[in-house]
Amino acid sequence: MIYREAGQFKTSYGADEAIFPIAQDRWFIFGFLALAFVAVPIFASEYLLHSVIIPFLILSIAAMGLNILLGYCGLISLGTAAFMAVGAFAAYKIAIAAPWMPIILVFILSGIITAVVGSLFGLPSLRIKGFYLAVTTLAAHFFIEWVITHFGWFTNYSPSGVISAPKMSILGFPIVSAEARYVFTLGFVVVLALLMKNLVRSEIGRSWMAIRDMDVAAEVIGIPMLKTKLLAFAISSFYCGVSGALFVFAYLGTVEPQGFDILRAFEVLFMVIIGGLGSVMGSFFGAAFIVIMPIAITNLATVFGTAIPAEVLSNVELMIFGGLIIFFLIVEPAGLARLWQIGKEKLRLWPFPY
Amino acid sequence: MLDVIFTDPIFAIEVVTSGLLSGIMYSLVALGFALIFKASGIFNFAQGAFVLFAALTFVSLLEMALGAGWNWGLAFVLCLLAALAGMIAYGVAVERIVLRPLVNQPLIILFMATIGLNFFTEGFAQTLWGSQVHPLDLKIPDEPWQELGEATGLYLSYFEIIAAVIAGVLVAGIALFFNKTKVGRALRAVSDDHQAAMSVGIPLQHIWAITWAAAGIIALVAGMLWGAKLGVQFSLSLLALKALPVLIIGGLDSITGAIVGGLIVGASEKFAEVFIGSYFGGAIENWFPYMLATVFLLFRPQGLFGEKIIDRV
Repeated sequence: MIYREAGQFKTSYGADEAIFPIAQDRWFIFGFLALAFVAVPIFASEYLLHSVIIPFLILSIAAMGLNILLGYCGLISLGTAAFMAVGAFAAYKIAIAAPWMPIILVFILSGIITAVVGSLFGLPSLRIKGFYLAVTTLAAHFFIEWVITHFGWFTNYSPSGVISAPKMSILGFPIVSAEARYVFTLGFVVVLALLMKNLVRSEIGRSWMAIRDMDVAAEVIGIPMLKTKLLAFAISSFYCGVSGALFVFAYLGTVEPQGFDILRAFEVLFMVIIGGLGSVMGSFFGAAFIVIMPIAITNLATVFGTAIPAEVLSNVELMIFGGLIIFFLIVEPAGLARLWQIGKEKLRLWPFPY
Repeated sequence: MLDVIFTDPIFAIEVVTSGLLSGIMYSLVALGFALIFKASGIFNFAQGAFVLFAALTFVSLLEMALGAGWNWGLAFVLCLLAALAGMIAYGVAVERIVLRPLVNQPLIILFMATIGLNFFTEGFAQTLWGSQVHPLDLKIPDEPWQELGEATGLYLSYFEIIAAVIAGVLVAGIALFFNKTKVGRALRAVSDDHQAAMSVGIPLQHIWAITWAAAGIIALVAGMLWGAKLGVQFSLSLLALKALPVLIIGGLDSITGAIVGGLIVGASEKFAEVFIGSYFGGAIENWFPYMLATVFLLFRPQGLFGEKIIDRV
């Protein structure tokens, strides 16, 4: 009864094109943001912030990046982890070389560097399609991994290859505590999500979707293939780069190149698929699911008994993880975002059955 | 290092030949991928985990049988049969539980399901048989064949030669199966067009079950040979990543391509590592095959032997 748009008239084009045309949605999202910015840092425990919420936010940025590429433009990429690594190491090098630079500028610069690297590896996508493209992005992954581990310059010749991020501060305010890092990350997430939502509603987004649905047809109606595909790679890599930089600076503090291995790329891919292809909301659902599930499984296991040896436990976790993914794909191949949409439609009609 | 090729050509040939032989080993893994892709259009990422599962099952059964004091030959044959039966059962179960509900979904969804299956199979195999490293002795000596070495100057190990022979027999068998038998014809029909195949009365689900069982059998052969080389351990499941460029160079849906791709990757990888790697600071074999595959694809987007991709609007 409450969630209904009856009586909300739109009197301008602006109102008609709003991201949330329904007033209830608008209130909900503002309320949710207020909660996220104010209530969460006050009430959430340090453990919850550091081990669950911050990685969730950071990985949801990477998931948004991959969703642009895979969900909107239809290009499969397994190079996400490598692009995150590029962002992380670029931010590290910049922050060490220019300590005077505002930290937000450092992150944007590292995102831009990743975008350049990403579009370079996106070039083959003009000729190569489908699973063949997935393998060429794997080439990007292994090549970048090798470059970063092999040339000491990237890690400032640290013998173990581990880098530690310098301390961050904005206008003299140090970002060290879990709460500060959380708010800092959340700021990035909100801005990037808004940017993505607007991008995919614009001309660029429509061209991406045209290419995803049928690239030959898109080319015939005059969409420039080179520009549009490379733009998808560049913007997607920008998101991944920022996410990688945050991963080091706001989450772990130290990282080695192996922190961005191929499993990380699969993890982000799962987030996009389980959350829902071609949906900003879905990226968040997917990220939440993939971040929380292993923690939940481990906690459940400790509840059920300490009798199981750790080695067996880790294998059983692997089984449950794989099984759940298959289960979700079978139950809802269109992803959690689709369930959310169905829920909203049901809510609009409630309490009537149709 | 490149000048060595001219000063010591026998060494260069030896490097390339041993590369070719290890390439055959990659082909064995790639074959499983190609078989499933050819028959159902599914890119089965779990093939590496299948290799691990098959090898672990075989070696654990063998250890049990030998522990019970069985004679080696008898134990080997019986365990092989048992592992074969196990892999066939697993393949059929996968088809029934995972793939059947996902019929008609986009291929990316099926691909993701096989990645899930990959995790599941890794966990399942190691829960069942434990995760320690098992040495596997197939009683094939891994030492150079002296007579051949003296005759030609090339020192190749018995093991590599026997692996190559096994791979050759397997490929010939698969080719015969695809081209000469009724089931093989049905498999090709299904890969051409699911609906047309069903409309002439080919039972799609039986065909898929057969394909997955066959992939399980190939995984067992690959797992035994790789297991004998590296020891049966978790890293066997990472072979999938080694097999991908092989598959791509050859073309995803080609059995011949899997073999030729394996030879190309094996030979060029060894060659690059020995002769060119030193210019880059070594350890390039992780990415070299992938870069090679990318370059190949730029000229032939469907791989060497893959079916040509035609887009119609």
